[in-house]
Amino acid sequence: MPTKTEIPVAPAQNQPVTTLSKEEILRYSRHLIMPEVGMDGQLKLKNAKVLCIGTGGLGAPLGLYLAAAGVGRIGIVDFDVVDNTNLQRQVLFSNDDVGKPKVAAAAARLRGLNPDITIDAHETQLSSDNALDLFKDYDIIVDGTDNFPTRYLVNDACVLLGKPNVYGSIFRFDGQITIFGYPGGPCYRCLYPEPPPPGLVPSCAEGGVLGVLPGIVGTIQAAETLKLVLGKGDPLVGRLLLFDALGMKFRELKLRKNPECPVCGEHPTVTKLIDYVQFCGIRGEEAPSTVTNIPEITPRELKARLDRGDDLYILDVREPHEYQICNLGGHLIPLGELSRRAAELDSSKEIVAHCRSGKRSADAVDFLRKAGFKKIWNLKGGILAWSDEVDSSVPKY
Amino acid sequence: MAVKVMIPTPLRAYAGKQDSVHLQAGTVGEALSALTGQFAELKRHLFTEDGRLRSFVNVYVNDEDIRYLQKDRTKVKEGDTISIVPSIAGGSKF
Repeated sequence: MPTKTEIPVAPAQNQPVTTLSKEEILRYSRHLIMPEVGMDGQLKLKNAKVLCIGTGGLGAPLGLYLAAAGVGRIGIVDFDVVDNTNLQRQVLFSNDDVGKPKVAAAAARLRGLNPDITIDAHETQLSSDNALDLFKDYDIIVDGTDNFPTRYLVNDACVLLGKPNVYGSIFRFDGQITIFGYPGGPCYRCLYPEPPPPGLVPSCAEGGVLGVLPGIVGTIQAAETLKLVLGKGDPLVGRLLLFDALGMKFRELKLRKNPECPVCGEHPTVTKLIDYVQFCGIRGEEAPSTVTNIPEITPRELKARLDRGDDLYILDVREPHEYQICNLGGHLIPLGELSRRAAELDSSKEIVAHCRSGKRSADAVDFLRKAGFKKIWNLKGGILAWSDEVDSSVPKY
Repeated sequence: MAVKVMIPTPLRAYAGKQDSVHLQAGTVGEALSALTGQFAELKRHLFTEDGRLRSFVNVYVNDEDIRYLQKDRTKVKEGDTISIVPSIAGGSKF
């Protein structure tokens, strides 16, 4: 297993800094008195250039700790705007930041924390067109994104440029952390050659996440990033660290470089960036054909029909804990139980299925139509759209 | 052989909400068929229609990836832990 390999350093835009000011010596004194960091290490940090993809749950602790530690140049990439649901875990932001672009709010916070460093605010959506150009000026890329197309894009761009990718990913109570793209080490495609087909793995927006979990995982990414810069310790290369917050357990699995890997293997077939949305959306084993041709009813149409007194059966396919947050008085059968509980439904009645956003209920309608239900519709936009268009007293979550 | 199969969070909904299942099996393949026999809905999440393990799901015996052992024919010993590790992508909204 490769350890303590020198990672390639991006071309310096300025001459390397060789001294610290009196104020910086005071600021970093707890680093300077440790032999593992010392003046040499602190200067390495000051000359380091790290790019953080995403300024959300993972990017928040990452940005804060890298800035506090004195990483001299930190790039942040995001295109999103701070919203109220972010504040439960994205500790870079305060209440007053709601509605502001994330990179602007994050850059202001990080500059406030450490005025001696440079923050590059990239308010842009990472894409195959801009990734290589964005990455080339940095030594290390840290991936804190939330979707498969961007994960594969970050991975491939890092492999093509020979830059390490400090990877962290979370779901509910679980985290996965490792370093991909390290010289001689495996990449993301060695671990997972292909993404899951759309719809088979829930996102954080659908599955939820314990607020502190990205704090823990992002902090581990920050620790690994600082170690890479310092060249100290054993980097998390060739090891996939699994964290279970519920059981409070860390486990480690061996991660091997796949000689047949399409991007970092011996005979790579991916030699430039591709269309990752297509790669994740259509190349999957199950094309998302099930989400098309689903009969829909809009919230306003449903309201009008209910007001007319039509006998509609409302089927809620969310989970019981979601029903407690808000409901439309529907009959609750979670999507996962639908196949064995379909007999509870009367196919002679008109049925409107709904969930939070309309995705799960589209699957439910598709399933029930295949099971012979003819008079069934999906509530377009789910309870979120109902709240927007019909009854604003229904809380959104 | 009595083995323990660790069920990852995203798949627990299809495995009676359990985080691990104890089974009798001689190979990884036997353990996974026993598991999907017990929890039918897990099957489509773990396997393609032609019965191959999905490429976004990795299976480990203790800390070794079965792709680098004998895949589903990998033998298991009494007390081994089989981990199912699917890819998860959560992080910042991007």
